[in-house]
Amino acid sequence: MGVFKWGKSMIKKRRTGEFKYAKYGYLFSVPFVVAFLVFQLYPILYTALIGFTDMKGVVPGDVHILANPFENFVNILTTPTFRKALGNTFSIWLVNFVPQLLLALLLSAWFTDRKWKLKGQGIYKVLIYMPNIITAATIAILFKSLFDYPTSPVNDLLVNMGIIDGPQNFLLNKGISRAIVSFIQFWMWYGYTMLIFISGILGINPEIFEAADVDGANRLQTFFMITLPNIKTILLFTLVTSLIGGLNMFDIPKLFMLGGPDNATLTTSVFIYNQAFSGSYLYNKAAAASMIMFAIIMALSAVLFYLLKEDKEE
Amino acid sequence: MDKKKASYAKFLIHLVCLLLAILSIFPFWMMIVNATRSTTEIQQHALSLFPSTYVVQNFKILTGKSFNPLVGLKNSAIISVFATALTVYFSSLTAYAIVAYEWKLKKAFFSMIIGVMMIPAQVTMIGFYQMVYKIGMTNKLSMLILPAIAAPATVFYMRQYLYPTLSMEIVQAARIDGAGEFRIFNTIVLPIMKPAIATQAIFCFVNSWNNLFTPLVLLTDRKKYTMPIMVSLLRGDIYKTEYGSVYMGLTLTVLPLIIVYLLLSKYIIAGVALGGVKS
Repeated sequence: MGVFKWGKSMIKKRRTGEFKYAKYGYLFSVPFVVAFLVFQLYPILYTALIGFTDMKGVVPGDVHILANPFENFVNILTTPTFRKALGNTFSIWLVNFVPQLLLALLLSAWFTDRKWKLKGQGIYKVLIYMPNIITAATIAILFKSLFDYPTSPVNDLLVNMGIIDGPQNFLLNKGISRAIVSFIQFWMWYGYTMLIFISGILGINPEIFEAADVDGANRLQTFFMITLPNIKTILLFTLVTSLIGGLNMFDIPKLFMLGGPDNATLTTSVFIYNQAFSGSYLYNKAAAASMIMFAIIMALSAVLFYLLKEDKEE
Repeated sequence: MDKKKASYAKFLIHLVCLLLAILSIFPFWMMIVNATRSTTEIQQHALSLFPSTYVVQNFKILTGKSFNPLVGLKNSAIISVFATALTVYFSSLTAYAIVAYEWKLKKAFFSMIIGVMMIPAQVTMIGFYQMVYKIGMTNKLSMLILPAIAAPATVFYMRQYLYPTLSMEIVQAARIDGAGEFRIFNTIVLPIMKPAIATQAIFCFVNSWNNLFTPLVLLTDRKKYTMPIMVSLLRGDIYKTEYGSVYMGLTLTVLPLIIVYLLLSKYIIAGVALGGVKS
Protein backbone atom coordinates (compact mmCIF):
# COMPACT_ATOMS: atom_id res chain seq x y z
CA MET A 1 0.00 0.00 0.00
CA GLY A 2 2.72 2.41 1.07
CA VAL A 3 4.82 1.61 -1.96
CA PHE A 4 1.83 2.00 -4.21
CA LYS A 5 1.04 5.40 -2.76
CA TRP A 6 4.62 6.54 -3.19
CA GLY A 7 4.63 5.40 -6.80
CA LYS A 8 1.40 7.19 -7.50
CA SER A 9 2.61 10.46 -6.04
CA MET A 10 5.80 10.26 -8.12
CA ILE A 11 3.75 9.98 -11.28
CA LYS A 12 1.67 12.88 -10.14
CA LYS A 13 4.76 15.01 -9.63
CA ARG A 14 6.04 14.28 -13.07
CA ARG A 15 2.64 15.18 -14.47
CA THR A 16 2.28 18.49 -12.70
CA GLY A 17 5.72 19.93 -13.30
CA GLU A 18 8.96 20.38 -11.43
CA PHE A 19 9.43 21.79 -7.99
CA LYS A 20 11.36 24.73 -9.36
CA TYR A 21 8.06 26.30 -10.29
CA ALA A 22 6.74 25.92 -6.73
CA LYS A 23 6.95 29.61 -6.05
CA TYR A 24 4.28 30.28 -8.69
CA GLY A 25 1.93 27.99 -6.80
CA TYR A 26 2.26 30.30 -3.83
CA LEU A 27 2.28 33.46 -5.91
CA PHE A 28 -0.94 32.66 -7.78
CA SER A 29 -2.71 31.80 -4.53
CA VAL A 30 -1.85 35.14 -2.94
CA PRO A 31 -4.90 37.15 -4.17
CA PHE A 32 -7.26 34.48 -2.94
CA VAL A 33 -5.49 34.15 0.40
CA VAL A 34 -5.35 37.89 1.02
CA ALA A 35 -9.03 38.41 0.16
CA PHE A 36 -9.94 35.40 2.26
CA LEU A 37 -8.00 36.66 5.27
CA VAL A 38 -9.41 40.18 5.06
CA PHE A 39 -13.02 39.50 4.10
CA GLN A 40 -13.73 36.13 5.68
CA LEU A 41 -11.27 34.97 8.31
CA TYR A 42 -10.84 38.32 10.05
CA PRO A 43 -14.61 38.99 10.17
CA ILE A 44 -15.21 35.53 11.67
CA LEU A 45 -12.58 36.04 14.36
CA TYR A 46 -13.83 39.56 14.99
CA THR A 47 -17.41 38.31 15.27
CA ALA A 48 -16.26 35.70 17.77
CA LEU A 49 -14.46 38.37 19.78
CA ILE A 50 -17.47 40.71 19.77
CA GLY A 51 -19.47 37.83 21.20
CA PHE A 52 -17.41 38.11 24.40
CA THR A 53 -17.81 41.88 24.78
CA ASP A 54 -20.37 44.51 25.72
CA MET A 55 -20.43 46.09 22.24
CA LYS A 56 -23.78 47.71 21.58
CA GLY A 57 -25.34 51.00 20.55
CA VAL A 58 -25.36 52.84 17.22
CA VAL A 59 -21.79 53.99 17.76
CA PRO A 60 -20.29 51.59 20.29
CA GLY A 61 -18.13 53.49 22.78
CA ASP A 62 -15.42 51.77 24.78
CA VAL A 63 -15.77 48.05 24.30
CA HIS A 64 -14.79 45.69 27.10
CA ILE A 65 -14.53 41.96 27.47
CA LEU A 66 -17.28 40.96 29.85
CA ALA A 67 -16.48 39.86 33.42
CA ASN A 68 -18.12 36.60 32.52
CA PRO A 69 -16.97 36.19 28.91
CA PHE A 70 -19.70 33.68 28.11
CA GLU A 71 -22.52 35.88 29.35
CA ASN A 72 -23.83 36.65 25.85
CA PHE A 73 -23.73 33.02 24.81
CA VAL A 74 -25.60 31.88 27.92
CA ASN A 75 -27.98 34.77 27.48
CA ILE A 76 -28.73 33.89 23.85
CA LEU A 77 -29.13 30.19 24.52
CA THR A 78 -31.67 30.93 27.25
CA THR A 79 -33.54 33.59 25.29
CA PRO A 80 -36.96 32.15 24.36
CA THR A 81 -36.97 34.13 21.09
CA PHE A 82 -33.69 32.58 19.93
CA ARG A 83 -34.82 29.09 20.85
CA LYS A 84 -38.04 29.74 19.01
CA ALA A 85 -36.09 30.97 15.98
CA LEU A 86 -33.88 27.89 16.04
CA GLY A 87 -36.91 25.63 16.28
CA ASN A 88 -38.64 27.51 13.46
CA THR A 89 -35.56 27.29 11.26
CA PHE A 90 -35.33 23.51 11.63
CA SER A 91 -39.05 22.91 11.24
CA ILE A 92 -39.37 25.18 8.18
CA TRP A 93 -36.39 23.37 6.65
CA LEU A 94 -37.71 19.91 7.43
CA VAL A 95 -41.21 20.58 6.13
CA ASN A 96 -39.73 21.85 2.85
CA PHE A 97 -36.94 19.31 2.48
CA VAL A 98 -38.79 16.02 2.84
CA PRO A 99 -41.33 16.66 0.06
CA GLN A 100 -38.58 18.35 -1.98
CA LEU A 101 -36.42 15.24 -1.79
CA LEU A 102 -39.26 12.86 -2.60
CA LEU A 103 -40.55 14.87 -5.55
CA ALA A 104 -37.04 15.43 -6.92
CA LEU A 105 -36.33 11.69 -6.70
CA LEU A 106 -39.60 10.82 -8.42
CA LEU A 107 -39.06 13.33 -11.24
CA SER A 108 -35.44 12.37 -11.74
CA ALA A 109 -36.44 8.69 -11.98
CA TRP A 110 -39.07 9.59 -14.59
CA PHE A 111 -36.78 11.81 -16.60
CA THR A 112 -33.97 9.28 -16.73
CA ASP A 113 -36.13 6.26 -17.52
CA ARG A 114 -34.42 4.52 -20.41
CA LYS A 115 -37.51 2.84 -21.82
CA TRP A 116 -39.96 5.72 -21.59
CA LYS A 117 -37.57 8.30 -23.07
CA LEU A 118 -39.94 11.07 -22.01
CA LYS A 119 -40.53 13.80 -24.57
CA GLY A 120 -40.70 17.48 -23.64
CA GLN A 121 -38.23 16.98 -20.81
CA GLY A 122 -36.22 20.03 -21.78
CA ILE A 123 -39.12 22.45 -21.37
CA TYR A 124 -40.27 20.82 -18.10
CA LYS A 125 -36.77 21.18 -16.66
CA VAL A 126 -36.53 24.82 -17.72
CA LEU A 127 -39.86 25.73 -16.13
CA ILE A 128 -39.46 23.65 -12.97
CA TYR A 129 -36.02 25.11 -12.29
CA MET A 130 -37.04 28.72 -13.06
CA PRO A 131 -38.12 29.85 -9.55
CA ASN A 132 -34.62 29.03 -8.30
CA ILE A 133 -32.94 31.87 -10.18
CA ILE A 134 -35.56 34.53 -9.45
CA THR A 135 -34.70 37.04 -6.71
CA ALA A 136 -35.89 35.57 -3.40
CA ALA A 137 -36.73 39.04 -2.10
CA THR A 138 -39.19 39.51 -4.95
CA ILE A 139 -40.69 36.07 -4.46
CA ALA A 140 -41.26 36.75 -0.75
CA ILE A 141 -43.18 39.95 -1.43
CA LEU A 142 -45.00 38.38 -4.38
CA PHE A 143 -46.33 35.59 -2.14
CA LYS A 144 -47.29 38.15 0.49
CA SER A 145 -49.32 39.95 -2.20
CA LEU A 146 -50.86 36.69 -3.43
CA PHE A 147 -52.18 35.80 0.05
CA ASP A 148 -52.80 39.31 1.38
CA TYR A 149 -55.92 40.63 3.14
CA PRO A 150 -58.42 41.82 2.10
CA THR A 151 -57.41 42.00 -1.56
CA SER A 152 -55.42 39.15 -3.05
CA PRO A 153 -55.70 36.55 -5.81
CA VAL A 154 -55.90 33.63 -3.36
CA ASN A 155 -58.72 35.25 -1.39
CA ASP A 156 -60.49 36.12 -4.63
CA LEU A 157 -60.17 32.56 -5.90
CA LEU A 158 -61.40 30.93 -2.69
CA VAL A 159 -64.37 33.30 -2.40
CA ASN A 160 -65.31 32.71 -6.05
CA MET A 161 -65.13 28.96 -5.59
CA GLY A 162 -67.37 29.27 -2.56
CA ILE A 163 -64.80 27.74 -0.21
CA ILE A 164 -64.84 30.79 2.08
CA ASP A 165 -67.60 33.37 2.56
CA GLY A 166 -65.43 36.48 2.61
CA PRO A 167 -61.77 37.41 2.47
CA GLN A 168 -59.67 35.86 5.24
CA ASN A 169 -56.48 37.19 6.76
CA PHE A 170 -54.50 34.00 6.23
CA LEU A 171 -51.20 35.56 7.10
CA LEU A 172 -52.26 36.22 10.69
CA ASN A 173 -52.44 32.46 11.15
CA LYS A 174 -49.08 31.21 12.45
CA GLY A 175 -49.38 27.72 10.98
CA ILE A 176 -50.40 28.98 7.55
CA SER A 177 -47.64 31.60 7.43
CA ARG A 178 -44.99 29.06 8.36
CA ALA A 179 -46.39 26.58 5.86
CA ILE A 180 -46.22 29.19 3.11
CA VAL A 181 -42.55 29.92 3.91
CA SER A 182 -41.83 26.19 3.72
CA PHE A 183 -43.76 25.96 0.47
CA ILE A 184 -41.81 28.84 -1.08
CA GLN A 185 -38.53 27.13 -0.16
CA PHE A 186 -39.81 23.85 -1.56
CA TRP A 187 -41.05 25.53 -4.72
CA MET A 188 -37.77 27.37 -5.28
CA TRP A 189 -35.50 24.39 -4.69
CA TYR A 190 -37.01 21.07 -5.83
CA GLY A 191 -36.08 21.83 -9.44
CA TYR A 192 -32.46 22.34 -8.48
CA THR A 193 -32.41 19.15 -6.43
CA MET A 194 -34.01 17.28 -9.33
CA LEU A 195 -31.33 18.45 -11.79
CA ILE A 196 -28.58 17.35 -9.40
CA PHE A 197 -30.17 13.91 -9.04
CA ILE A 198 -30.66 13.55 -12.80
CA SER A 199 -27.00 14.22 -13.45
CA GLY A 200 -26.12 11.76 -10.71
CA ILE A 201 -28.28 9.03 -12.21
CA LEU A 202 -26.92 9.68 -15.71
CA GLY A 203 -23.44 9.23 -14.24
CA ILE A 204 -24.16 5.64 -13.20
CA ASN A 205 -22.55 3.05 -15.45
CA PRO A 206 -25.29 1.98 -17.92
CA GLU A 207 -24.05 -1.60 -17.88
CA ILE A 208 -25.40 -1.97 -14.36
CA PHE A 209 -28.87 -1.09 -15.60
CA GLU A 210 -28.52 -3.44 -18.57
CA ALA A 211 -27.56 -6.25 -16.23
CA ALA A 212 -30.65 -5.52 -14.14
CA ASP A 213 -32.78 -5.66 -17.30
CA VAL A 214 -31.32 -9.02 -18.22
CA ASP A 215 -32.13 -10.27 -14.74
CA GLY A 216 -35.72 -9.14 -15.30
CA ALA A 217 -35.82 -6.44 -12.61
CA ASN A 218 -38.86 -4.18 -12.77
CA ARG A 219 -38.83 -0.39 -12.41
CA LEU A 220 -39.28 -0.30 -8.64
CA GLN A 221 -36.63 -2.94 -8.06
CA THR A 222 -34.20 -1.12 -10.37
CA PHE A 223 -34.84 2.17 -8.59
CA PHE A 224 -34.40 0.86 -5.06
CA MET A 225 -31.67 -1.70 -5.71
CA ILE A 226 -29.57 0.18 -8.26
CA THR A 227 -30.39 3.85 -8.68
CA LEU A 228 -30.68 4.81 -5.01
CA PRO A 229 -27.55 3.02 -3.72
CA ASN A 230 -25.52 4.47 -6.59
CA ILE A 231 -26.44 8.08 -5.87
CA LYS A 232 -26.02 7.70 -2.10
CA THR A 233 -23.15 10.21 -1.94
CA ILE A 234 -25.11 12.75 -3.93
CA LEU A 235 -28.13 12.28 -1.67
CA LEU A 236 -26.00 12.89 1.42
CA PHE A 237 -24.32 15.86 -0.23
CA THR A 238 -27.72 17.36 -1.07
CA LEU A 239 -28.94 16.75 2.46
CA VAL A 240 -26.01 18.56 4.04
CA THR A 241 -25.89 21.50 1.62
CA SER A 242 -29.64 21.96 1.87
CA LEU A 243 -29.48 21.88 5.66
CA ILE A 244 -26.70 24.47 5.75
CA GLY A 245 -28.62 26.64 3.30
CA GLY A 246 -31.79 26.16 5.30
CA LEU A 247 -30.08 27.21 8.53
CA ASN A 248 -29.25 30.54 6.90
CA MET A 249 -32.68 31.18 5.46
CA PHE A 250 -33.08 34.95 5.46
CA ASP A 251 -34.67 36.65 2.44
CA ILE A 252 -37.99 34.81 2.43
CA PRO A 253 -38.82 34.94 6.17
CA LYS A 254 -37.46 38.48 6.47
CA LEU A 255 -39.59 39.95 3.69
CA PHE A 256 -42.60 37.65 3.65
CA MET A 257 -43.98 38.35 7.13
CA LEU A 258 -41.00 40.09 8.80
CA GLY A 259 -40.61 37.01 11.01
CA GLY A 260 -44.20 37.23 12.19
CA PRO A 261 -46.97 36.71 13.01
CA ASP A 262 -45.90 36.40 16.64
CA ASN A 263 -42.42 35.19 15.60
CA ALA A 264 -43.89 32.19 13.80
CA THR A 265 -41.58 32.65 10.78
CA LEU A 266 -38.61 34.09 12.67
CA THR A 267 -35.46 32.22 11.61
CA THR A 268 -32.06 32.49 13.29
CA SER A 269 -30.68 34.66 10.47
CA VAL A 270 -33.58 37.09 10.82
CA PHE A 271 -33.10 37.02 14.61
CA ILE A 272 -29.40 37.89 14.23
CA TYR A 273 -30.19 40.66 11.76
CA ASN A 274 -32.87 42.13 14.04
CA GLN A 275 -30.61 42.04 17.09
CA ALA A 276 -27.88 43.98 15.33
CA PHE A 277 -29.37 46.08 12.59
CA SER A 278 -33.00 46.90 13.15
CA GLY A 279 -33.08 49.31 16.00
CA SER A 280 -31.59 47.49 18.97
CA TYR A 281 -27.87 47.52 17.94
CA LEU A 282 -27.04 44.59 20.23
CA TYR A 283 -23.93 43.63 18.28
CA ASN A 284 -22.58 41.46 21.09
CA LYS A 285 -25.74 39.34 21.34
CA ALA A 286 -25.99 39.08 17.56
CA ALA A 287 -22.33 38.01 17.39
CA ALA A 288 -22.86 35.34 20.05
CA ALA A 289 -25.89 34.02 18.15
CA SER A 290 -23.82 34.02 14.92
CA MET A 291 -21.11 31.96 16.59
CA ILE A 292 -23.63 29.44 17.86
CA MET A 293 -24.92 29.06 14.29
CA PHE A 294 -21.34 28.89 13.05
CA ALA A 295 -20.61 26.00 15.37
CA ILE A 296 -23.66 24.10 14.10
CA ILE A 297 -22.71 24.79 10.48
CA MET A 298 -19.07 23.76 11.01
CA ALA A 299 -20.19 20.45 12.44
CA LEU A 300 -22.31 19.89 9.34
CA SER A 301 -19.52 21.06 7.05
CA ALA A 302 -17.24 18.47 8.63
CA VAL A 303 -19.62 15.80 7.38
CA LEU A 304 -19.56 17.40 3.92
CA PHE A 305 -15.79 17.56 4.01
CA TYR A 306 -15.53 13.81 4.50
CA LEU A 307 -18.04 13.18 1.73
CA LEU A 308 -16.02 15.25 -0.71
CA LYS A 309 -12.75 13.78 0.44
CA GLU A 310 -14.06 10.33 -0.24
CA ASP A 311 -14.99 11.62 -3.67
CA LYS A 312 -11.58 13.02 -4.33
CA GLU A 313 -9.71 9.75 -4.03
CA GLU A 314 -9.66 8.90 -7.69
CA MET B 1 -51.17 -4.86 -23.20
CA ASP B 2 -47.81 -3.70 -21.84
CA LYS B 3 -47.72 -0.95 -24.40
CA LYS B 4 -51.09 0.31 -23.28
CA LYS B 5 -49.91 0.36 -19.68
CA ALA B 6 -46.81 2.28 -20.63
CA SER B 7 -48.72 4.94 -22.54
CA TYR B 8 -51.08 5.31 -19.61
CA ALA B 9 -48.14 5.83 -17.28
CA LYS B 10 -46.61 8.33 -19.67
CA PHE B 11 -49.85 10.27 -19.83
CA LEU B 12 -49.95 10.47 -16.04
CA ILE B 13 -46.35 11.65 -15.89
CA HIS B 14 -46.98 14.37 -18.46
CA LEU B 15 -50.00 15.49 -16.48
CA VAL B 16 -47.98 15.82 -13.27
CA CYS B 17 -45.14 17.62 -15.06
CA LEU B 18 -47.60 19.97 -16.72
CA LEU B 19 -49.16 20.84 -13.37
CA LEU B 20 -45.73 21.49 -11.88
CA ALA B 21 -44.78 23.66 -14.84
CA ILE B 22 -47.97 25.68 -14.39
CA LEU B 23 -47.19 25.96 -10.67
CA SER B 24 -43.83 27.47 -11.63
CA ILE B 25 -45.31 30.03 -14.00
CA PHE B 26 -48.59 30.90 -12.34
CA PRO B 27 -47.36 33.23 -9.55
CA PHE B 28 -45.28 35.17 -12.07
CA TRP B 29 -48.18 35.31 -14.50
CA MET B 30 -50.41 36.73 -11.74
CA MET B 31 -47.71 39.28 -10.99
CA ILE B 32 -47.31 40.44 -14.58
CA VAL B 33 -51.05 40.59 -15.25
CA ASN B 34 -51.77 42.56 -12.08
CA ALA B 35 -48.95 44.95 -12.94
CA THR B 36 -51.08 46.03 -15.88
CA ARG B 37 -54.31 46.43 -13.90
CA SER B 38 -55.55 49.39 -11.89
CA THR B 39 -55.89 49.19 -8.12
CA THR B 40 -59.68 49.40 -8.46
CA GLU B 41 -59.72 46.47 -10.87
CA ILE B 42 -57.56 44.44 -8.51
CA GLN B 43 -59.79 45.29 -5.56
CA GLN B 44 -62.83 44.03 -7.45
CA HIS B 45 -61.14 40.88 -8.69
CA ALA B 46 -57.58 40.22 -7.66
CA LEU B 47 -57.47 37.07 -9.75
CA SER B 48 -57.43 37.65 -13.47
CA LEU B 49 -55.62 35.91 -16.27
CA PHE B 50 -55.80 38.78 -18.72
CA PRO B 51 -53.80 41.99 -18.76
CA SER B 52 -55.39 45.43 -18.64
CA THR B 53 -54.15 48.84 -19.75
CA TYR B 54 -52.80 50.60 -16.67
CA VAL B 55 -49.11 49.91 -17.24
CA VAL B 56 -48.08 53.55 -17.56
CA GLN B 57 -50.24 54.69 -14.65
CA ASN B 58 -48.90 51.98 -12.32
CA PHE B 59 -45.38 52.87 -13.33
CA LYS B 60 -45.98 56.53 -12.54
CA ILE B 61 -47.43 55.81 -9.09
CA LEU B 62 -44.54 53.45 -8.39
CA THR B 63 -41.75 55.82 -9.34
CA GLY B 64 -43.57 58.75 -7.72
CA LYS B 65 -42.90 57.19 -4.33
CA SER B 66 -39.14 56.91 -3.97
CA PHE B 67 -38.91 53.74 -6.05
CA ASN B 68 -36.27 54.30 -8.66
CA PRO B 69 -35.71 51.10 -10.62
CA LEU B 70 -32.96 52.64 -12.75
CA VAL B 71 -30.77 53.34 -9.70
CA GLY B 72 -31.26 49.79 -8.46
CA LEU B 73 -30.59 48.40 -11.91
CA LYS B 74 -27.38 50.40 -12.23
CA ASN B 75 -25.99 49.50 -8.80
CA SER B 76 -26.91 45.84 -9.10
CA ALA B 77 -25.33 45.71 -12.55
CA ILE B 78 -22.08 47.32 -11.35
CA ILE B 79 -21.78 44.98 -8.36
CA SER B 80 -22.73 41.83 -10.25
CA VAL B 81 -20.50 42.45 -13.27
CA PHE B 82 -17.37 43.27 -11.28
CA ALA B 83 -17.95 40.62 -8.62
CA THR B 84 -18.47 37.99 -11.32
CA ALA B 85 -15.33 39.02 -13.21
CA LEU B 86 -13.23 38.91 -10.02
CA THR B 87 -14.63 35.58 -8.90
CA VAL B 88 -14.09 33.72 -12.15
CA TYR B 89 -10.64 35.18 -12.83
CA PHE B 90 -9.11 34.70 -9.40
CA SER B 91 -10.82 31.35 -8.82
CA SER B 92 -9.32 30.12 -12.09
CA LEU B 93 -5.91 31.45 -11.08
CA THR B 94 -6.10 29.77 -7.68
CA ALA B 95 -7.28 26.51 -9.24
CA TYR B 96 -4.35 26.66 -11.67
CA ALA B 97 -1.96 27.16 -8.77
CA ILE B 98 -3.32 24.00 -7.20
CA VAL B 99 -3.36 21.87 -10.34
CA ALA B 100 -0.21 22.91 -12.19
CA TYR B 101 2.39 23.34 -9.48
CA GLU B 102 3.90 21.24 -6.73
CA TRP B 103 4.21 23.15 -3.51
CA LYS B 104 4.44 22.09 0.07
CA LEU B 105 1.26 23.65 1.46
CA LYS B 106 -0.85 22.73 -1.56
CA LYS B 107 -2.70 19.81 0.00
CA ALA B 108 -3.41 21.71 3.21
CA PHE B 109 -4.55 24.69 1.17
CA PHE B 110 -6.98 22.65 -0.89
CA SER B 111 -8.35 20.94 2.22
CA MET B 112 -8.87 24.35 3.77
CA ILE B 113 -10.80 25.51 0.70
CA ILE B 114 -13.16 22.55 1.00
CA GLY B 115 -13.46 23.19 4.72
CA VAL B 116 -14.53 26.81 4.41
CA MET B 117 -16.64 26.36 1.29
CA MET B 118 -19.93 26.38 3.11
CA ILE B 119 -19.36 29.26 5.53
CA PRO B 120 -22.24 31.63 4.82
CA ALA B 121 -22.11 35.42 4.90
CA GLN B 122 -24.66 35.46 7.71
CA VAL B 123 -22.36 34.18 10.44
CA THR B 124 -19.52 36.57 9.67
CA MET B 125 -21.66 39.64 9.13
CA ILE B 126 -21.36 41.31 12.54
CA GLY B 127 -17.57 41.35 12.36
CA PHE B 128 -17.62 42.26 8.67
CA TYR B 129 -19.97 45.17 9.28
CA GLN B 130 -17.92 46.49 12.22
CA MET B 131 -14.74 46.25 10.17
CA VAL B 132 -16.26 48.08 7.19
CA TYR B 133 -17.84 50.65 9.51
CA LYS B 134 -14.55 51.40 11.25
CA ILE B 135 -12.72 52.12 8.02
CA GLY B 136 -15.65 54.27 6.84
CA MET B 137 -16.52 52.11 3.83
CA THR B 138 -20.22 51.46 4.39
CA ASN B 139 -22.19 52.63 1.37
CA LYS B 140 -19.24 51.81 -0.88
CA LEU B 141 -20.07 49.33 -3.61
CA SER B 142 -16.46 48.12 -3.56
CA MET B 143 -17.12 46.41 -0.23
CA LEU B 144 -19.66 44.23 -2.03
CA ILE B 145 -17.30 43.57 -4.94
CA LEU B 146 -13.83 42.92 -3.53
CA PRO B 147 -14.78 39.97 -1.27
CA ALA B 148 -15.64 38.13 -4.51
CA ILE B 149 -11.90 37.56 -5.07
CA ALA B 150 -12.03 34.74 -2.52
CA ALA B 151 -14.78 32.33 -3.60
CA PRO B 152 -13.85 28.90 -2.20
CA ALA B 153 -16.74 27.02 -3.83
CA THR B 154 -15.81 28.39 -7.26
CA VAL B 155 -12.15 27.49 -6.74
CA PHE B 156 -13.24 23.97 -5.86
CA TYR B 157 -15.35 23.72 -9.02
CA MET B 158 -12.59 25.16 -11.22
CA ARG B 159 -10.05 22.75 -9.76
CA GLN B 160 -12.35 19.79 -10.45
CA TYR B 161 -12.68 20.98 -14.04
CA LEU B 162 -9.04 21.81 -14.65
CA TYR B 163 -7.49 18.71 -13.10
CA PRO B 164 -8.49 16.25 -15.84
CA THR B 165 -8.48 18.88 -18.63
CA LEU B 166 -5.09 20.54 -18.36
CA SER B 167 -2.24 18.88 -20.18
CA MET B 168 1.13 19.87 -18.79
CA GLU B 169 2.74 19.19 -22.17
CA ILE B 170 1.15 22.33 -23.57
CA VAL B 171 2.39 24.34 -20.59
CA GLN B 172 5.88 22.87 -21.03
CA ALA B 173 5.89 23.74 -24.72
CA ALA B 174 4.96 27.32 -23.93
CA ARG B 175 7.77 27.46 -21.35
CA ILE B 176 10.26 26.32 -23.95
CA ASP B 177 8.98 29.06 -26.23
CA GLY B 178 9.93 31.45 -23.46
CA ALA B 179 6.52 32.42 -22.14
CA GLY B 180 6.31 33.48 -18.51
CA GLU B 181 4.10 31.61 -16.06
CA PHE B 182 1.56 34.41 -15.71
CA ARG B 183 1.35 34.80 -19.45
CA ILE B 184 0.83 31.07 -19.89
CA PHE B 185 -2.10 31.25 -17.51
CA ASN B 186 -3.70 34.18 -19.30
CA THR B 187 -3.18 33.08 -22.89
CA ILE B 188 -3.29 29.28 -22.69
CA VAL B 189 -5.01 28.13 -19.53
CA LEU B 190 -7.87 30.64 -19.38
CA PRO B 191 -9.12 29.72 -22.90
CA ILE B 192 -9.06 26.04 -21.92
CA MET B 193 -11.29 26.87 -18.96
CA LYS B 194 -13.92 28.76 -20.98
CA PRO B 195 -16.78 26.28 -20.44
CA ALA B 196 -16.22 26.21 -16.69
CA ILE B 197 -15.87 29.98 -16.57
CA ALA B 198 -19.13 30.46 -18.47
CA THR B 199 -21.01 28.18 -16.08
CA GLN B 200 -19.59 29.77 -12.95
CA ALA B 201 -20.07 33.27 -14.33
CA ILE B 202 -23.80 32.71 -14.80
CA PHE B 203 -24.31 31.44 -11.26
CA CYS B 204 -22.05 34.02 -9.69
CA PHE B 205 -23.90 36.78 -11.51
CA VAL B 206 -27.32 35.50 -10.47
CA ASN B 207 -26.24 35.05 -6.84
CA SER B 208 -24.74 38.49 -6.71
CA TRP B 209 -27.79 40.04 -8.38
CA ASN B 210 -30.18 38.35 -5.97
CA ASN B 211 -28.17 38.94 -2.80
CA LEU B 212 -30.17 40.79 -0.19
CA PHE B 213 -28.42 40.23 3.13
CA THR B 214 -25.04 41.93 2.68
CA PRO B 215 -26.32 45.01 0.77
CA LEU B 216 -29.12 45.40 3.30
CA VAL B 217 -26.56 45.59 6.10
CA LEU B 218 -23.99 47.79 4.37
CA LEU B 219 -26.01 50.20 2.23
CA THR B 220 -28.06 52.95 3.85
CA ASP B 221 -27.72 55.58 1.12
CA ARG B 222 -30.71 55.50 -1.23
CA LYS B 223 -28.47 56.23 -4.19
CA LYS B 224 -26.56 53.02 -3.51
CA TYR B 225 -29.55 50.68 -3.18
CA THR B 226 -29.48 47.46 -5.16
CA MET B 227 -32.45 45.82 -6.83
CA PRO B 228 -33.36 43.46 -3.94
CA ILE B 229 -33.30 46.39 -1.49
CA MET B 230 -35.55 48.33 -3.87
CA VAL B 231 -37.90 45.36 -3.79
CA SER B 232 -37.99 45.37 0.00
CA LEU B 233 -39.25 48.97 -0.14
CA LEU B 234 -42.41 47.69 -1.81
CA ARG B 235 -43.37 46.15 1.50
CA GLY B 236 -43.49 49.60 3.07
CA ASP B 237 -46.68 51.34 4.17
CA ILE B 238 -46.61 53.89 1.34
CA TYR B 239 -47.57 51.15 -1.10
CA LYS B 240 -50.12 49.57 1.19
CA THR B 241 -53.13 50.25 -1.03
CA GLU B 242 -51.34 50.71 -4.34
CA TYR B 243 -51.77 47.12 -5.44
CA GLY B 244 -51.13 47.69 -9.12
CA SER B 245 -47.89 49.53 -8.61
CA VAL B 246 -46.53 46.95 -6.13
CA TYR B 247 -47.03 44.25 -8.75
CA MET B 248 -45.42 46.60 -11.27
CA GLY B 249 -42.37 47.06 -9.03
CA LEU B 250 -42.03 43.31 -8.51
CA THR B 251 -42.35 42.72 -12.25
CA LEU B 252 -39.67 45.28 -13.08
CA THR B 253 -37.19 43.55 -10.79
CA VAL B 254 -37.66 40.06 -12.22
CA LEU B 255 -38.50 40.64 -15.86
CA PRO B 256 -34.82 41.09 -16.85
CA LEU B 257 -33.95 37.89 -14.97
CA ILE B 258 -36.76 35.88 -16.58
CA ILE B 259 -35.78 37.05 -20.07
CA VAL B 260 -32.10 36.30 -19.55
CA TYR B 261 -32.99 32.95 -18.03
CA LEU B 262 -35.16 31.90 -20.93
CA LEU B 263 -32.43 32.92 -23.39
CA LEU B 264 -29.66 31.08 -21.54
CA SER B 265 -31.76 28.28 -20.04
CA LYS B 266 -30.00 25.56 -22.02
CA TYR B 267 -26.60 26.50 -20.57
CA ILE B 268 -27.97 27.14 -17.10
CA ILE B 269 -29.69 23.76 -16.87
CA ALA B 270 -26.53 22.04 -18.14
CA GLY B 271 -24.50 24.05 -15.65
CA VAL B 272 -26.57 22.97 -12.66
CA ALA B 273 -26.19 19.36 -13.76
CA LEU B 274 -22.42 19.75 -14.08
CA GLY B 275 -22.18 21.05 -10.55
CA GLY B 276 -23.57 17.80 -9.25
CA VAL B 277 -21.35 15.47 -11.21
CA LYS B 278 -18.46 14.17 -9.23
CA SER B 279 -15.19 14.12 -11.08
